[in-house]
This record gives sequence, C-alpha cells and structure tokens, in this order.
Amino acid sequence: MDRGSTTLSDLSTNCRINYYIRRIPFKYLLWTIPLVFLVLFYFFPLGRILQVSFERGESGIASSIIEALRSESIRGILWFTIWQAALSTLLTLAIGLPGAFLFARYEFRGKTLLQALTAVPFVMPTVVVAAAFYALLGPNGWLNLGLMRIFGLSAAPIQLTNTIYAILLAHIFYNTTIILRMVGDFWSHLDPRLNQAARILGANRLGSFFKITLPLIGPAITAAALLVFIFDFTSFGVILILGGPRFATLEVEIFYQTTSLFNLPVAAVLSLLQLGCTLAMTIIYTRLSSRLTRPLKLRSRRFTQKKLTTWRSRIFAGIIIVTLFTLLIAPLIALGMRSFMRLEPERGQRVVESPGLTLDFYRQLSINRQSSLFYVPPTTAIGISLGYAALTVILALVIGLPAAWLLARDANSSLSKFLDPVLMLPLGTSAVTLGLGFIVALNRPPLDLRVSPILIPIAHTLVAFPFVVRSLSPAIRSIQPRLRQAASILGASPQDIIRFIDLPLVGRALLVAAAFAFTISLGEFGATALIARPEYPTIPLVIYRFISQPGATNYGQALALSTILMVITAGGLMIIERMRIADVGEF
Amino acid sequence: MKQLFSFVSLSLAVTLLLSACTATTTQQSDVTQITDDERSLTVMTHDSFSVSEEVLQAFKEQSGIEVRFLKAGDTGTAVNKAILAKEKPLADVFYGVDNTFLSRALEEGIFEPYNSPILADISDSFIIDKELRALPVDFGDVCLNYDMEYFEENDLQPPTNLDDLLKPEYKDLLVVENPATSSPGLAFLLATIGHYGEDDYLDYWKGLVENDVLIVNDWEVAYYQEFSRAGGTHPIVVSYGSSPPFEVIYAELPIDEPPTAAVVSDGSCFRQIEFVGILKGTENRDLAETWIDFMLSPEFQEDIPLQMFVFPVNGNAELDETFERFLAIPEKPASVKPEDIAANRETWIQDWTEEVLR
Repeated sequence: MDRGSTTLSDLSTNCRINYYIRRIPFKYLLWTIPLVFLVLFYFFPLGRILQVSFERGESGIASSIIEALRSESIRGILWFTIWQAALSTLLTLAIGLPGAFLFARYEFRGKTLLQALTAVPFVMPTVVVAAAFYALLGPNGWLNLGLMRIFGLSAAPIQLTNTIYAILLAHIFYNTTIILRMVGDFWSHLDPRLNQAARILGANRLGSFFKITLPLIGPAITAAALLVFIFDFTSFGVILILGGPRFATLEVEIFYQTTSLFNLPVAAVLSLLQLGCTLAMTIIYTRLSSRLTRPLKLRSRRFTQKKLTTWRSRIFAGIIIVTLFTLLIAPLIALGMRSFMRLEPERGQRVVESPGLTLDFYRQLSINRQSSLFYVPPTTAIGISLGYAALTVILALVIGLPAAWLLARDANSSLSKFLDPVLMLPLGTSAVTLGLGFIVALNRPPLDLRVSPILIPIAHTLVAFPFVVRSLSPAIRSIQPRLRQAASILGASPQDIIRFIDLPLVGRALLVAAAFAFTISLGEFGATALIARPEYPTIPLVIYRFISQPGATNYGQALALSTILMVITAGGLMIIERMRIADVGEF
Repeated sequence: MKQLFSFVSLSLAVTLLLSACTATTTQQSDVTQITDDERSLTVMTHDSFSVSEEVLQAFKEQSGIEVRFLKAGDTGTAVNKAILAKEKPLADVFYGVDNTFLSRALEEGIFEPYNSPILADISDSFIIDKELRALPVDFGDVCLNYDMEYFEENDLQPPTNLDDLLKPEYKDLLVVENPATSSPGLAFLLATIGHYGEDDYLDYWKGLVENDVLIVNDWEVAYYQEFSRAGGTHPIVVSYGSSPPFEVIYAELPIDEPPTAAVVSDGSCFRQIEFVGILKGTENRDLAETWIDFMLSPEFQEDIPLQMFVFPVNGNAELDETFERFLAIPEKPASVKPEDIAANRETWIQDWTEEVLR
C-alpha cells in the first residue's frame, strides 16, 4: 500500500519533470523567433535613436518629458490625437460591424469580389485618395455639381476641404476593412445554433445578439478595434493631406519637429508619448480580452452561412452593401475612371464637360520620356512590390505564428502577460523616428543594413506582425482545450498538437493574417520612402514620383498607376481568399 | 495539414536563403570593386534627384567611376540622415541640401571644403558658403502662378506683385502651402519676410487672411486640387517659376503656350539654391572631386532642367528651347540669409501659425 503510493507519486513526478523538460525549451525556443527579430529591428534601433536624441538636448529625459507635458500646444495635440482616433474608431465600428455580420452569415453572388474591393483602400497612397475624394466631394466634385444643379445653388453646399469630417471619412475609408476581415472571419465560424437555441428559449433578435453573439465575438471586436484605434492614433498622411494645416496628430508633430526643425529631443519625447499611449491602450485591451475570451466550438462556414432568401435579409444586405459601396468603393471607382479620362479641358472650356476617354496615361507609363536613370517600367515596379509583399507575408507569418500561438496557449505565464502588449508597440511607433533609428543602429557589420533593400520587407513586417498576431490569437484561443487534452492523452507531443489540432483549426485566420501582411506591404509608403534604393521602387513610390511633378501627363500617370495598384491588390486578395488551407471541420 | 507545415518551413528556408543571397551578393560586389580596377562612388541625395542615362554613362566612360545613388527621403529627411550618419557616412558625396537647410548641414560639420576649378564659371551670387564646403549646383524660384484662362474670362488683371494679392478683386483666389510642412510653403513665407522685412511680414499675412487665402499642407494638394487649372476654385497658387514651361512639356495634348504664368516681379519670388558637398570621412575624396566637377560642368548642368525642374548655376550651360521661350526668371528674388533661416525658422513658422491658422 505504502510502496504502491510512492511509486505512483514517483511516476507522476517523473511525468511532470518529463513534461517540463519537453515543454519549457520548446516554449522558449519558440519565443526566440519573434523576440530576436523585434530586438534587432525594433528595440535596438528605437533605443539608439532615443538615446542619440536625448544626448543632443540640454535637459535630461525626465525633465524633457515634464516640459513637453506642460506645454499647452503639445497637450492640445495629444488631446486632438486621442479624440479623433476614438471617434474614428467608433464610426469605423459602426460601419464595419454590420458589414462583418453580412459577410459572416450570408453567402451571395459577388461576395468575394466585394470583400476584396473593401480591402483595396488600405493600400492606396493618401495623395491619390485625396484626389479621389476631391473628385467626388470637392467644390467642383460630382456630388456638389449635382446638388448645385438639382437645387439651383450658386455655391457648393458641401465643404469638405480642411475639415475634421474629411479626416473621419478617410479613416473610415481606410480602416473599415480591418473590422470586416477580423470580425467577419471570426463571426463566420460562430455556431448559429447558439442563437437559434436562444430564440427558441424566448429571446428576441436583439436579445440573442446582445446576450449571445456580442459576448462571443467580443475578442475579435476588441482586437480589431484596437488595431483601428492605433492606426487612427498614429495617422499621418490623412491628417496632413485631407485634414489640412489646422490639425496635427502626434505623428504629424514628430515629423515637423524632426524634419523641419531637427529638434530631436522634442521629437523623442513625442515619440515616447505616442508609445506610452499605444502601450496603455494595448494593456486595457489585453485585460478586456482575457476576460472576454472563452473556448468556442467553431463551425465550418458551410454550416453557418445561408443564402439571402427572405425579403428582410435582402433589404438588410442591400443597405449594408450600398453603404460599404458608397464609403469604400465609390472613391476608388472615381479614381479609376479619372485615369481613363482626358484631364485638360478643351480650349475655351472651363470645366471638362464631356471628357474624352483615353489610354494615353497607361501608354505613357511604359515610356521613359526624359530617359531618366531612375525610370522604372510599371511591370518592374509591380514585380518589385509583389516581391516585397511576398517576403513580408512569409516573414510576418514565420514570426507572428509562434508569437500568436504562445500568447494564446500560454496566456497565463508572466512572460506572455508581459510580452502581449509589447508586441503591439511597433504599430504605435513613429515611422520617422524608427527610420532614423535604423541609420544610427544598424551601422556595423554584419548588420550594416542601412542601405540594404532587405530593410524594406523588414520594416513592412514590423507593421504587419501585430496584425498577424491579433488575427491569429483569438482563433487559437477559441480552440476547445478538450481537443488538445485528448490528443495529449493519446500520446501527441506539443509539436504534434500544434500540427494536427491548432493549425487546421486556425487555417482561415492564417489566410486573414496573410492578406493583412500582403496589403500592408503593397501600400506602405512612409518607411519605404525613407529606405528605398532608387533602383527598386515600389508602386506607391513611383506614384508619388509622378504626382510630385507639374503637368497633366504626370498627374494622369499617377492616377493610372494607382488604378493598376487597385487591380493588383484586389486580384491578390482574391487569390489568397481562394487558397483554402483547411476550413474548420474540413479536415 | 502537412502542406501547411511544409509551407511554413519552406517559407522559413526561403527567407534564410534570400538573406544569405543578399549577403553574398554584397560581399561579391565588394570583392569585384577591389579586384577590378573600377572604383565606385556613392552619392546620397533626395527623392527628386534625377539624371539621364546618357549623361551618367558619359561620366562613367570619361572617368571609369561607377556611381551609386542613395535616395534618402525629402530634402530635410535626407539632410537629417546624413547628419546622424556622420560618424560612419553612408556615402561619399551629398547632393541636394538647399539654402533653407544649409546652415544645419554646415553647423553639424558634415562636409569637407572643396575648391572646384569650375566655380569660376558660376556667379558669385550662388556661392553662399565662402568656405566652399557646399558648392551650388542648381536653383529654382518659388513664385506665384496663375491660371491665365481664368483671368481672361473674368476680365481681371492677373496679379503682378505680392501687394496685389491684398486687393479686394483677388479675394478668395489664392492658395498657399503651409511653411511647416511644405518646402515651397516655407520658401513663400521667406519671400514675404525678405520683401516686407521681419517686422512687417505678419501684417501682410494678416491682410492675406482677410482676403480669404486658403492654406493647405502640400504642394500636391494646392497644385492638383485647389488650383483652378486642375479643377479647383483658386486661380492663383504658390508653385515654382518653372511650372509654366513644364505645363507645356508635360501637356496632355500638345499645346503652343503655357496655360499658366509665373509672377516674377522684384521681391515676389524666393530662390532655392541646391548644393553639393563632399561628406567628411570619405575614403574616395579624389573620386568625389571628379564627380562634383562633373556636376558643375555644362554637360551635367544642361541635363538638370528636364530631369529635376530646376536650373543650372553654370553660366555656360545652355537651356532647352521650351525654357528659352516660356521660362521667366526673376531678376531680383527676395532673399534671406541661410544663417537667419536656421536661427529663426521655428519662431517665424510659429508666429505665422499663430497669425494665419488660429
């Protein structure tokens, strides 16, 4: 009896030791992949540039920060940055959530195309988007001209130039896709029988939504909202170009202090302030999401989606599609159409009344008119962009997957709790600051990467990586632990469990993550412009080259290349959408 | 499922392979540089730099030097990067610092002086740094541009100087860039400071505000959206003196004369001069000198206008016919000393912001 119990406890101790030996090294091994990357390409450059910046100032770090916080103008900027981001996020959620519901619960013709098109805004350069908004809503835009004609007005009724509305509209335009994809995908695997059960038990539609659906998709909503918030919080191009000179976010002020004034200590304080806010938001999110998350029985989309059969559902779908179309797709169409139109009015005609169609701008793209050394044919720019995008997808998944898995599986360890918010920091970091960080940090062999083209996919990965983690970890968290326990009992090693349980279950989320990495890389401008070698420009960079020169042909070529960028993005996303790794329940 | 796993491991392998490849190629190119007698020079510059293929090819054939270019963002950013990298320079030569950023570069000591023999052909008015650390290459004037058709149609005289813009008939016609975010915006602010003086320029701006001047952040927005030529509602815009000839060169359908014109009367434009310098610490000083001589020679100088929309400082360089016909060059642009710009930039922009935007 005595003997027997000792053996048993020996056995269990042995098992536990064995368990730890097998588990711990694997876990830490896995952490090293994302951590080495982040330390080398994020924390080290950021730390160096902050150090260099503060060394240039007369006062120390603490007093610089206090001084900045006392400054009324900086407090004003901080306050504006926060409230415009919060308002933008709420509006984006209001537009995005009904759309996510539609994509999650219904199957209809043209859905894949619609989904891909709603993601295209994400990659468009701000200068070009501003032009599209202007074509629609400017003083001589189609909407204003139409309203003036209908109501016989003499002045344009809609004044969007340099207003907060232009900023909000542009933020919705850019970021709704984050909600649509992250929430929509998660929602599509939610078992509709839960709601059916609630309805049978007497709940009405709203009740079942608020009591069943909302709590269950909560983690995906908070994750998506956090990303949208951070994007709006660090907004640069939209504020600068569409908001005009009366609005400044921290990021805009950092740019001004750095580039125009070379006031690095102030810029460093502002960068830290921006990072601090990002960190605070992320910590709030982490708290919230750990409370919200619970394992779910996910269902294949085959069982969760239905056709639009009732009139009620058709009207509902119609309203949502029209809204998404107006806000996200109409500006793109305006842009695309303008690239085929003659821009200059005929002699003696003020406004182009009946514009002629032309393919001239597309033809001009392939001509090196001034035989410039830096000319690149559009096909080359497309190839370069796609090459960087492919590398970014690979890098971001290789680095993001282990991180997401650890955060989800090992959520309660102190390491995970510490690292969870830290992983989001690159998104909240000023591109200007980090760009200079690369210059002062990566200057010694073997890491003298200051002028290496490899820095571009690395910079893109820094932005894409948090998206990968946030898309994957809600999906991994929702996996029923019973499945894994069962596998473990049946003798599967942790590696086997990942391979045979976790990965198949998060296959869809993996594609969402890949799509994010792809679009982020295609559209990224700020970091690319800072480190690009002129021989390897991406499409946005070439667009910018054209639009920064006078003359109708240059402008037209910028529009033409933007249209090509839209088509490539939509095409790429539709291909990713079709690559089905394995849907839930399909293995 | 195996597919996915192999996909991930494949990706990892590809990434490693690629980084290994880039590493080896750079090493290889280093080796070739040393073994072959061909030496190479690195020129750091800003986004707008361009040169035609033939001109660079000619340089390579004359000198046997391979030139590599690094573009480091807009002018301000490129200068900042050169300064932050000065312990271990990214390049041998830096081209593109202009008179609004010149003092920053000189104070940070990133350049070595070089007395190029070709400076003899360049007017003294361009040689701002008497110690010859920064040598002038080109200039461009920031001037008011107006839409000729608008003024014809409305039977209105186009403006001829800065004072005109205060007249009631020009109410709500002008769009200007923000000096805090835009280089032509800053240049125009400097033109008003140079013309009206440090004590009175704000009064002028007060008048512009009363006359409903529109401020936007970028040249692109001003020129391609708000300017009436592009479908906007403002027929006067702050742009470059060179914009009208470029409207002809880059017209959609061939046209005989520019649809816009620049106001170039005395004191109404600000001249931006761009400089080149040898970066301190270079190991290729001899090559850098050869390159700078080439940049200042007529061969390179004549290539500048069509590539970069700015104009040669070398008096021997000849201009293309379109420029001869349509380019108006101000005789007396407003001027502000680089050291004054460096010392007062922040105050001026802040005061301007208070007066105009608040």
